Parts: sequence; C-alpha cells; structure tokens
Amino acid sequence: MRPHPLPVLLLCAALCAQPALAGAAPPAPPAPLAPEQQAAHVLNRLAFGPRPGDVERVTRMGVGRWIDEQLQPEAIALPAALAARLDGLGTVTRSAGASLEEYLALRRQVRDEDEGARQRRRERDARVAREAAEARLLRALESPRQLEEVMVDFWYNHFNVFAGKGIDRALVTSYENEAIRPHALGSFRDLLGATAKHPAMLFYLDNAVSSAPDPNPKAKRKGGLNENYARELMELHTLGVDGGYTQQDVTELARMLTGWTFDQRRLAAGGEGFRFDPKRHDQGSKIWLGQAIAPDGQREGERALDVLALHPTTARHVSRQLAQYFVSDDPPQALVERMTATWRASGGDIRAVLRTLFASPEFMSTEAAGAKFKTPYQFVLSALRASGVAVANVGPLTNTMSQLGMPLYGCQTPDGYKNTQEAWLNPDALTRRIAFATALAGGRLPLAAFQPATQPATQSAPAPLPLDPAALQAALAGSLSPRTLGIVSQGPARLRAAMLLGSPDFMQR
Amino acid sequence: MQRRDFLNALALGAGIVLPLGPHAWAATASASATRRKLVVVMLRGAVDGLNVVAPVGDENYLRLRPTIGLAAPGMEGGALDLDGYFGLHPALASLQPLWQHKKLAFVHASGSPDATRSHFDAQDYMESATPGRKNTPDGWMNRLVAALPGSATPSRLLGIGPVMPRILAGTAAAVNLPNVASAAKADVLDRPEVAAAFDALYGGHPRFGRAYADGRSAHREVLDTAIEKDHDSAPMMAADRGAPLPNGFPDDAARLATLMRNDPRIQLAFVALGGWDTHAAQGAGSGQLANRLAPLGQGLALLAERLGPLFDDTLVVVMSEFGRTARENGNGGTDHGHGNVMWLLGGNVNGGKVYGEWEGVGDAALNEGRDLPVNTDFRSVLAQVSERHLLLGDKQLAQVFPAMPQRTAAFQVVKG
Repeated sequence: MRPHPLPVLLLCAALCAQPALAGAAPPAPPAPLAPEQQAAHVLNRLAFGPRPGDVERVTRMGVGRWIDEQLQPEAIALPAALAARLDGLGTVTRSAGASLEEYLALRRQVRDEDEGARQRRRERDARVAREAAEARLLRALESPRQLEEVMVDFWYNHFNVFAGKGIDRALVTSYENEAIRPHALGSFRDLLGATAKHPAMLFYLDNAVSSAPDPNPKAKRKGGLNENYARELMELHTLGVDGGYTQQDVTELARMLTGWTFDQRRLAAGGEGFRFDPKRHDQGSKIWLGQAIAPDGQREGERALDVLALHPTTARHVSRQLAQYFVSDDPPQALVERMTATWRASGGDIRAVLRTLFASPEFMSTEAAGAKFKTPYQFVLSALRASGVAVANVGPLTNTMSQLGMPLYGCQTPDGYKNTQEAWLNPDALTRRIAFATALAGGRLPLAAFQPATQPATQSAPAPLPLDPAALQAALAGSLSPRTLGIVSQGPARLRAAMLLGSPDFMQR
Repeated sequence: MQRRDFLNALALGAGIVLPLGPHAWAATASASATRRKLVVVMLRGAVDGLNVVAPVGDENYLRLRPTIGLAAPGMEGGALDLDGYFGLHPALASLQPLWQHKKLAFVHASGSPDATRSHFDAQDYMESATPGRKNTPDGWMNRLVAALPGSATPSRLLGIGPVMPRILAGTAAAVNLPNVASAAKADVLDRPEVAAAFDALYGGHPRFGRAYADGRSAHREVLDTAIEKDHDSAPMMAADRGAPLPNGFPDDAARLATLMRNDPRIQLAFVALGGWDTHAAQGAGSGQLANRLAPLGQGLALLAERLGPLFDDTLVVVMSEFGRTARENGNGGTDHGHGNVMWLLGGNVNGGKVYGEWEGVGDAALNEGRDLPVNTDFRSVLAQVSERHLLLGDKQLAQVFPAMPQRTAAFQVVKG
C-alpha cells in the first residue's frame, strides 16, 4: 500500500472539522464530534489536557491549524517566564560531565568516610531528583509546545532508563534533554542513535561493559559479552518481541555492538559521552538477521541501527505503539498499516508518521475521544492544567505519581510505563485519584513554594484558594458528559470542583 | 479421586448456605476448603536460580561461575548445605529452619516451556498460565478464585503492589493494596458527604463503576480488619519493639500475615518483587543478589512466623519468569536463560527436598548449551498445589490451566 502524498494529508488535517473524509474512511461513524469536542479531544491527546481558555482558542483557530502548529515546535517560542525558571535549575542545565563529576566526587568522599559526606550526598540526590522533576513537569504544564512534551513522555518510556541505577541518577536529565527531546519529532534513526550512544543507556543496559571474550583467560580484567542492550534494542526499541529474530541474532548483535561504550573519567573530566573502543570490539565476522557481517568496527553497529530503524517490522511495531498511545488501547489495524507505509516512505520521519495519525478518521472519531484511560502522569498533569493553579512546588505532583505506581524516572524495567487502561485502572487507583482531586480542588495541596525541610518556614506562603467549579467546567468544555454535569450540579457547592476533577470523565482522555 | 469429589460437594453445599457474618461463616464446614490459603510471590526480572539453590556439588558449577559461584558449604560466604549436593544461598539463612522442619522444598530445572527470553512475554505467560498464547484475557489466580468453592468477596483475591497485576486480572473481583501500610488508613471517601458525591458519579457507571465499588468495599473490609487487629496483634508488635524492618518486603509480608489472620475471607494473595535482572556485578555470597535475597528470605520467614498455626494451611510459591545463563558473563553477571527453581513453603509441603529432573550443569545437559532446561512445567507444580492443597476438582483444574500438557509432575511436592 502506498502512502498518500503529503499535501493530501495536510489538507486532511486542515479539514478534520469534517471527519470521515472519502477514501480510506471506515464504515460511517456515529455522530461526528462537535467542534468543541474536537478541540477538547486534541488537547487531551496532543497536550496534557486543556488549560482555562484552551478549548475556546483551539476551536476558534481550528483543530487542523493547531495540530500543524504543534507539529512544528521549533517555531513556537517558550514563554520568557518558563525559560527563566528552567534556566535557574542548575543541576538540569549543566552538562552530563559536570553532573557525573559531582556524583563521583561525593561517592569517593562517602567511601573515604568523610564526615558529613553521606548527608551531603543525600541532599545532592534530593536536589538532583527535585530539579529533574521540576524541569520535566514545568514544561509539561506550561510549555506551549505541548506535543513535544507529550512525545518526550512517549519516547522516554519507549527508550526507558531507570534513574535509580547507579550513576544514571546523574545522567537522566542529560539523556532526556540531549538524546530524547531534540529528536522527539525528528528522524527515528537519529533518535535511536542518540539513545544508543548516550552514557545513560550504555550504563543502564550494560553495553558499556560488554566486550569480546578475552583470549587470555588469566587477564586481570576478564572481558565478555553482555546481551542486555542488544536484546532490548530489538525487542523493545525496534522490531518488537515478535519481530522474528532469534537468540542467535541477539548474541550476534551484541557482538557487533561490542566496543560501544563510554569512560566515566573522560566523561566527568572532559565531557566525552560516547566512545568506540576497538580493544573491546569483537573482530570476528558475524551473521545477523540472515546477513553475513564483515568485520568493520564501529560501523557494524551503525549499520545495524540503520537496518533496524528502517525495518518494516520496526515501522509497524512503533507505529502500533504510537497509535495505541494516541488513539486506543487496541488501535485499528488499517490505521497502523497507513502509518507503517508513511514510516517506510519517509525513511522513519516521526513527524510524517504523526501527521498520518492525526489526519486519520480513526483518530478524530467519537470512538477514540475519551477512549484512553489516563496514566497517573497524565491524570496529575491534566488536573493541574485544568485548575490553572501556578505550581512552584512540584512535590505534591511527584508524590502522587509515586503513590499511583508511576514514579517519575522510576520505572525499573526497560519497557517503560504502559499507557493502557488494563495497566492502570484498579480500585485503589480510583480512590487515590479522587483523594488528589479533592485536595487540589479544596486548595489543600502545598503547591505554592518549595521549602527545604532544613530551613525554618520564614513566612507562610499564601494559601491556595479552593477552585471555582464554574471556571473548571468552562475549561473542560467538550469532555464532560451530560450525566456528569447533571450529577455535579446536584452536588454540594463546595465539592463541585472536586467532583469534576474526580469524575469518571476526567479519568479518561 | 472419590474423596476429593466428596470434599468438593461438601464445600459447594456449604457455600450455598449464606453466612450470617464473616466469622460465623468461617466456622462452618466450608472452611475445610476455604481455610486453605495460597500466597504467590513473583520475582520479576528473572532471579538467578543457580545461585539460589546452587549445585555446589557439581564439578562444573565453579568452572561455569569462577567469580560469582557460591563457595562450598563451610567455607567463608559459602552455600548452606541442603542435601550434600545443592546448597542454599547464604543470604537465605533465615529460611534454614523451615528447611529443617520440612516446610520448604524446591523444584529445580522448572519453568515455562516457552522458549522466549523476553522478560515481559515470559512474565505474561507465567501470569496467564498459557505459555505462547498472548491473547488470554485473564490471569490464572483470577480463574482459580472463580473455580474455588465459596462465595465471592473482593478481598478473597488480594494483591500487594502499586498496580493490579496481570495474574489477578479477570472477571472475578480482586483487590490490590499499595505496598506502604497506608491501605488501612481512613481516606477522603470515609467522609459521608464526599462519599455521597462520588457514589453518585460512579454508581452504575459502565466503565469505572465496578472498580470504584470494589475499591470501597475492599477498603471497608480492610478497615474493619485493621480495627479488630489492634488488640489481637499487640503482643507480636511488642515482641519486636516496633522496630522497622530493613527493607520493603518484610513489612509487606508482616502486614499480609496480619490481614490473613484477621480476615478469613482472604484466600489467595499475590506479591511481586523486582530487581533480579543481574546482568552485571551480581556478586557471590555477598553483593547485589545477596542484598535482594536477604529481605526476601526474612520476609518469607516472617510470613511463616506471623501466620502462626495458619501457616499449616498456607502454601507459598515463589517463582520467576525464567532462569539465567549457567555461565557468568564478562561482567560478573548472568544473561537471560531458561529453566529456574521454584520455591514452595508451608505446612502442606513435602519439604526438606529438592525436586525435579536434574541432569547437572555439564555442557551436554544445558539447554542450547547455555542454561538450565525446563524439565518441569511450572503449571504442573501449580496444578498440584491447586489439586492437593486447594482441593480443586479436575474440571475446574482444566479451567484454571487450559491446554495443560498431559504430563504431570512425577513427584509429590505437596501433601495429599
């Protein structure tokens, strides 16, 4: 199947106000989404939910134009206030090398049993974690480049790195800002290469320590192959677990990637991230995915990434994951096939694949609107955005995400967090979400200012006010059902804001 | 067979007589079946079974694992002798008394027959109990609770962890509690006005109504239990002087024991623990793996201790999605393998023995030349537990473990 030429797709995006165009449209959908519902839908999917005024603004400008704008984040300026706050986060803006240098120095001091070093390390770890969360959440809450932040969430989980593993504590912000965000809407091959070579990934999935077996068994430091990254590279990042590769292919790919490493001291001292170490590289020839691979040093791995990035199986696997994230837990196969075709025709251009997705009748449909159950991350962010409350202290947000089983940067396994209803809907989760909604609506979350526990509270921050239910209802126009609106209008006035944010409608996007 | 059918009939018949209250209910004859408990502990990430129950008596063992292999029993950091051939990891010393009292057994070279070395697929298969079949909608513990005699209450099938696990998913009600001991605290929905507001929003809601209702009734059950427990477990708390335990699992295990003692309706429980994917620097007698095994062993021992007499009616199964390579890799770790070891604890276990067809760890015995074979299908062990311990009938057994291979375990690790 050949993809539609790009202009047609653009036209389709612009005309999405009249969904279900002729051509590849599925059987006639039920009542189409009203313009306000369409605006709410795209704000729930390409953004972390509407802020006050967003639904009206997007309705007025047209969802097609807004989608086009979101697909070009480089043309959208960050507001000065947000940029200034991000610039003020010292542990986020510094280089990976500087971050690692501090981490290693404190680790040495702790090993030397330097008095107070443990305390300093605890404070440093807390500050690094707090600022990383602050940078991520402030962007997600306030950046007008919402789709970029949504794609950062998607790709971070796709190429997950667990911040709790050793030195990755010091490296995840660099990983997100240098390997993920710049490529979030770019070329998949570039994204794949950037993650493959970032020290955070090299360390997390152990490729940094993988090497050809040492021919000298008495060598002091014994070498050897580590399959961890090679396996997840095919299973999770590209082909998918049913991608048709064998254990032999995993071993051979691991051999091709030997020597892809980094040196902690060089990174800390001189900022060198990736290095290819020919001494670690397995010089033999390999057979991978049925192809003979002649010895060629680092280029063996580069070619493997080329093959994987453009492989039809990768195109289908990642297209399906994108469709699952943006459309429904079990996305329509026809849509996945069209996205796959765009992937192949565009050489893995993420923006082009997303254009196909957003322009599709399957995306702009009544079946899709509200079909996704929000992850804890999406629930917390969308509640804050709808509330319009300014967030100085992200602590209550990160705590809630942790309680709901989704600590930020805290997914231990390389498959990242899932985004399906099956993964997140359970009785306890609903109760906790309702508790969060009630606290936020009642103005009882300490969002105003961050007070380090070590400092005495000098002056009490102004207490946040309870939310105005009418304003909240206006902000959420287009995603509240008549049933919910009816029940809320019957509820006690002081609980109505809580009821809106804790309603069944607000659990879904 | 006849006896089991009789017991089933008895249990089913008694189940029809609706209980007047939880305690009256627990005292009826139906208790013979429902009194029996099953706790499943899943080690996500593939624990290195060859260093949990290590073949220290095999001449190949230390050749395959020169830096991470456990030293022989009696040496510094050495394994704890089990039967003269196998040795237990020294970090699991807290389980030694259970072994000596024959309440702990292992099934080695066991696992899923599916050859996948993907953590995620293999865990999925172990939770659905349909290896190789991805579209199974429910987990086997959910099918099991549906097949067991007795009336359904949400807390009968209990999980402890941040999210509802696959193994509990399905049509029967199940409850998931968070890890921290906050589940038994009052929450915002205990305020009548708030409860009324959200009951109205969620009552009869087609998508979320059931999850909401299950959450409320489970919360009430747990709260009731927590209120009762205060005087009941006071001596126990005094005995350890309220000292916090070193790591998460012992806390959860202690809480689980308290819940099970106080709420006879809890029959099946599930806990998952992560952090076993030791590709690098896993250590031998001490180190990374030892640091994870120690709180696991302590938690299991604590669970046994705090269940008290109920431990005799409880069976604990510890399992992991697959084993790890027999050879250590270049980084003092191990890669994804195949066969592993299952652990069984409880009064109904024929303990003090390592079961399973064992061929050693010589090169010729290894699966694909790299890891333990699966000589015992994990489902045949679970089926034996369901049949002999939980007294499940043949028909129900086929519902819980559909498409089971004919071959049953050649040993009886569970008492009849």
